[in-house]
Amino acid sequence: MRAVRISGALLDTMGGHARATYPDECCGFLIAPLDRPEDAGPRVIVKAVPAANEFEGERRRRFLLRPEELRAAERQLDGTGQVVAGFYHSHPDHPARPSLFDQQHAWPWYSYLVLAVTSSAVGETRAFELDPDSAEFREVLLSVDARSGPRTTLTEGLPRAY
Amino acid sequence: MAHVKIQVPTPLRPFAGGQPEVAVEGTTVGGLVRRLAEMHPGLQRHLFAQDGRLRSFVTLYLNDEDVRYLKKDATPVKDGDVVSIVPAIAGGSQAKATPAFHRTRDRPETPAAAAFTSAELRRYSRHLLLPEVGVAGQKKLRRAKVLLVGAGGLGAPAALYLAAAGVGEIGLVDFDAVDLSNLQRQVLYTTGDVGRPKLKVAKERLEALNPGVRVVPYEERLTSENALDVLKPYDVVLDGTDNFPTRYLVNDASVLLGKPNVYGSIYRFEGQVSVFDARRGPCYRCLYPEPPPPDLVPSCAEAGVLGVLPGLVGTLQATETVKLLLGIGEPLIGRLLLFDALALSFRELKLRKNPHCVLCSPSATQKGLIDYPEFCGVPAPGAEPAHGRVPEIEPEALAKALGSDDPPLVVDVREPEEWAIAHLPEAQLIPKGELPERVDEITHARGVVLYCRSGTRSAQAARLLLDLGFSNVKSLRGGINAWAQRVDPSLPQY
Repeated sequence: MRAVRISGALLDTMGGHARATYPDECCGFLIAPLDRPEDAGPRVIVKAVPAANEFEGERRRRFLLRPEELRAAERQLDGTGQVVAGFYHSHPDHPARPSLFDQQHAWPWYSYLVLAVTSSAVGETRAFELDPDSAEFREVLLSVDARSGPRTTLTEGLPRAY
Repeated sequence: MAHVKIQVPTPLRPFAGGQPEVAVEGTTVGGLVRRLAEMHPGLQRHLFAQDGRLRSFVTLYLNDEDVRYLKKDATPVKDGDVVSIVPAIAGGSQAKATPAFHRTRDRPETPAAAAFTSAELRRYSRHLLLPEVGVAGQKKLRRAKVLLVGAGGLGAPAALYLAAAGVGEIGLVDFDAVDLSNLQRQVLYTTGDVGRPKLKVAKERLEALNPGVRVVPYEERLTSENALDVLKPYDVVLDGTDNFPTRYLVNDASVLLGKPNVYGSIYRFEGQVSVFDARRGPCYRCLYPEPPPPDLVPSCAEAGVLGVLPGLVGTLQATETVKLLLGIGEPLIGRLLLFDALALSFRELKLRKNPHCVLCSPSATQKGLIDYPEFCGVPAPGAEPAHGRVPEIEPEALAKALGSDDPPLVVDVREPEEWAIAHLPEAQLIPKGELPERVDEITHARGVVLYCRSGTRSAQAARLLLDLGFSNVKSLRGGINAWAQRVDPSLPQY
């Protein structure tokens, strides 16, 4: 199980994608250097590639990234030392927690990022990996580089309540 | 038997001895993959479901072709072929795919409710012509239930437009009777209705506008005891209250029940509108965690309000409600709309969920409802005024004292506009805000009686004088309104 490291800029890319597709779920690939079995440090995501949600049905609650897309992405990365290391998708109006459905369609080793998104903002983003023994998702640490600090301000200049 | 290579996807390599490729013998693609799982049992659960079939998202390629377009599992293989295992990446936010918000969809349609009559089609034709509404949308409205807390300035226009829109059930919470002073803005009522219970009139008026709407009256005060039960059956709650205790009750109950709360408030020439839906954004407590201290509360109805203003705000609330029910447009979740009627300027503030909100955050400590004491008007019986008990005098007793040889000094602590409406002839005016500077004007050694409109401000002013060292200070209980009711009916009440 590996922690995930990502830059603020990539997080914003994914966030932008999530807001653009809202209220439908968005999905995309996470690219990282191919890791070796002995690697213990965090998996560093170097690219987030938006893909199309091709689920034929309720895209507000489901996403589908076709195997052809994954194959094509992997082909493109052949020989670069980078691989598809995971996927991201959004949960419109829903917490950034993987659902049972997510879990039932997951494989170990991949990093799965989930973004909570509403009509007005991207909420939390969390990272998960499937525990190969129990076949259950475990949350892993998601650390974000180069951000300007936590967003604690709720509002600026709230008017007096009346 | 063909000799084929199976490419093992990276995630599964640890279960295949770390190999990127495994040589396998077989005759069909399906047979090969099963053989692979036999050779490396750790792969079994990741490739196959409990029933032995390939998991639905696992896709097999023979060379470059997806076998779903060939003969699926039974696709034959020959020497030198390469089989790849590629997952489709699928997921979603819920175990079962149901629409985001529309609870109304979960209700089974009764046969009687299935079709609209031709009269209804005619009534709602302007809705039906909108692609964003249509018959499906109008059915959503018909299935919907909206609760309006307060049938006054905000509730009146909102109720009218929601009934006109064909909302199936409109619940109304209000225990007041129609007062003449309401008619400056509460357009649901008429002059002939003065004195009648508001809900009775509202039900008549709304059902006359649209007989297809069911109006459910709740002629009671909302409290921590009943709020959850009252709100529970409804899809959307519209907050049209005029006091903070009820506003917090409505918010808290909405959060606890997972319902959107369409909020509106008015003050003089300003209005605020938002939609608080704790499932998707902030709640009212994220912004204002506690009610304001009593001293800062604008005295209920004492500040005055431009009559048309609640019409604007209430209609905006109805707009947001309809949008929520139909699932169209962008509701004001996470946004506070502010406007100034004098400038007719609108602006918006972005609101965020408070990650430490006592009510709606993961670390929430508040699990139930709170009854805050009434701040305005006559305090609840037995309740301590904010600053401790101040001596009060009943209107009759004051009348008697004024007729005696040693009448008290009477000080009116209201604003000049209120003085102009009516005042006690014996009084002198020192608005409460000016009292600290003008305390020297209260020079008499005999008693002082302070009064305001309903008794709240004068109690606070009395407290101030007592703290400054004055003795024999009293506040007129019930204010000039009580005086007008019980001593001098010639004085207008307002």
